[in-house]
Amino acid sequence: MTRQTKEIIIKYVFFTFSLVSIIVLGLIVFSLFREGLPIFGKVSVKDFLLGMEWYPTSDPPSFGIFPLIIGSLIVTVLATIIAVPLGVMAAIYISEIAPQAIKEILKSVIELLAGLPSVVLGFFGMVVVAPWLQDTFDLPTGLNIINASMILAIMAIPTISSLSEDALYAVPREFKEASYALGATKFETITRVIIPSALSGISTAVMLGMARVIGETMVVLMVAGGAAAIPGSIFDSVRPMPASIAAEMGEAPFRSAHYQALFAIGIVLFFLTLFFNLVADYVSHKFRQVGSGTL
Amino acid sequence: MEDMMKSFKNNSMKWRYFKQTLFFGAVRLSALIIALALGGILFYIIVNGIGAISWDFITKPPTDSMTKGGIMPAILGTIYLTIGAIAIGLPLGIASAIYLTEYAKQGRVIRLIKVGINCLAGVPSVVFGLFGLGFFVIFLKFGSSILSGSLTLGFLILPTIIGAAEEALKAVPQTFREASLSLGVSKWQTIYRIVLPNALPGILTGSILGIGRAAGETAPIMFTAAAYFTAKLPGSIFDEVMALPYHIYVLATAGTNIEATRPIQYGTVLVLVAVVLSIDLIAIIIRSYMRKNKRW
Repeated sequence: MTRQTKEIIIKYVFFTFSLVSIIVLGLIVFSLFREGLPIFGKVSVKDFLLGMEWYPTSDPPSFGIFPLIIGSLIVTVLATIIAVPLGVMAAIYISEIAPQAIKEILKSVIELLAGLPSVVLGFFGMVVVAPWLQDTFDLPTGLNIINASMILAIMAIPTISSLSEDALYAVPREFKEASYALGATKFETITRVIIPSALSGISTAVMLGMARVIGETMVVLMVAGGAAAIPGSIFDSVRPMPASIAAEMGEAPFRSAHYQALFAIGIVLFFLTLFFNLVADYVSHKFRQVGSGTL
Repeated sequence: MEDMMKSFKNNSMKWRYFKQTLFFGAVRLSALIIALALGGILFYIIVNGIGAISWDFITKPPTDSMTKGGIMPAILGTIYLTIGAIAIGLPLGIASAIYLTEYAKQGRVIRLIKVGINCLAGVPSVVFGLFGLGFFVIFLKFGSSILSGSLTLGFLILPTIIGAAEEALKAVPQTFREASLSLGVSKWQTIYRIVLPNALPGILTGSILGIGRAAGETAPIMFTAAAYFTAKLPGSIFDEVMALPYHIYVLATAGTNIEATRPIQYGTVLVLVAVVLSIDLIAIIIRSYMRKNKRW
């Protein structure tokens, strides 16, 4: 074997390895479809997605996941509302204002926050936040939407903050200098020049943070309360999609309709997060800042 | 207040700096809230958990239907699962990154692979759990086992490792490669002898963050590897194991006596947090040390 052919073989071996991620994505779709699609022989897609009743163990069972979808969306939106200002502002502080030493510490803090296992945050929500909410607002239970949203916000902040910081950091130096040269204050430079230039990166960060929140399981399993109904207020319990899967898979008989319905929820969840990721990817590429020439 | 506003409008420079002060205050406050959130959570866990920690707690199995005793099987299970995840994720991740940084030319295929990696990174952990159940446990008939759990976690951390390895490989100066190639060394040997050794510390520290994640994940192992309670330690990779994160979940939500086992729960949480965050902290410290002492 000549050296040339050997090199070519090696190259193709590595190429094959690089396809593993895509192959795994394919296998995920394959497994979810194989176990989950049979449910649609028993329930129509429309009744599954828009049905108001999730009683998988009643007789006859009903598999409407609309309350679960609503539960997921509500906690996601609320968590985003809490996490975006905090995460983006922290990113601004780190990239534009903080002195070097604080910057290093804060970056480590955010990285450690990202490293906290979700079950630990869920536990914290259960034993600390829930009793506090219950006492303060005189509620029947502290395991509810607002509790889950606050804990989920803590999980989303590291994603939002570190990606926003990258985006702010990538804004060309000349932009700032030009702005200062015009007599703008630091505040005006940040809000009128730096943030608009970094906006596509910040949007990507927010979307990836939301994707993480929608799919987060342990927190919503432990602190969202678990009621599969449309909530009336932010102090009501909900049962987001991941919580349903995690809580019920253990008791659903193998390949029963309930088991298949849980995999079908997995399909919905998979494509929902895939959508978020593809949009984030599109935004970050379409509006990517290439040097200073594109603005 | 009214007068103050007027005076600011009259003195626009002052007003502009006032806004700046307000804004900087808000920005600093955000950073402070985040730091306090981490500090508060850690403080609370340490204060409540430290009392439960003892040599017996770490080295003895649970007794009296998990209301007393230690958590040794769960610690061991988490170690097995994490090592398994590294054994799968690390080689695949490094190989992927080598292709992407050393061989690939910009084009549609590369773009597709990168989108695929990003999408894999975004797959929810519970969906990974379903995938592990549907594919490894059922389709490949591995059963609920260390093997199924490790494979699931290995693929979960794959995108993190690819990202870390790509960054480390890109940080090796182009001149190193050129110098090697100009001596007539083949491309593969250049990668193997020059690029990889220089990139390896960076690859490993970056990967450690993924490893911390594998140790702390619950949802992916719920249906693929984790047992509520096992009387004996696992004998092979086809056995179920107890794991720290799952143990916390079980004790906190479905234990025989949730309130009575609180001390054990706090202790287990503290052990898990200590394991995961010390892994992360080591990576962060090594990385900042390496950045300061860069040889090129």
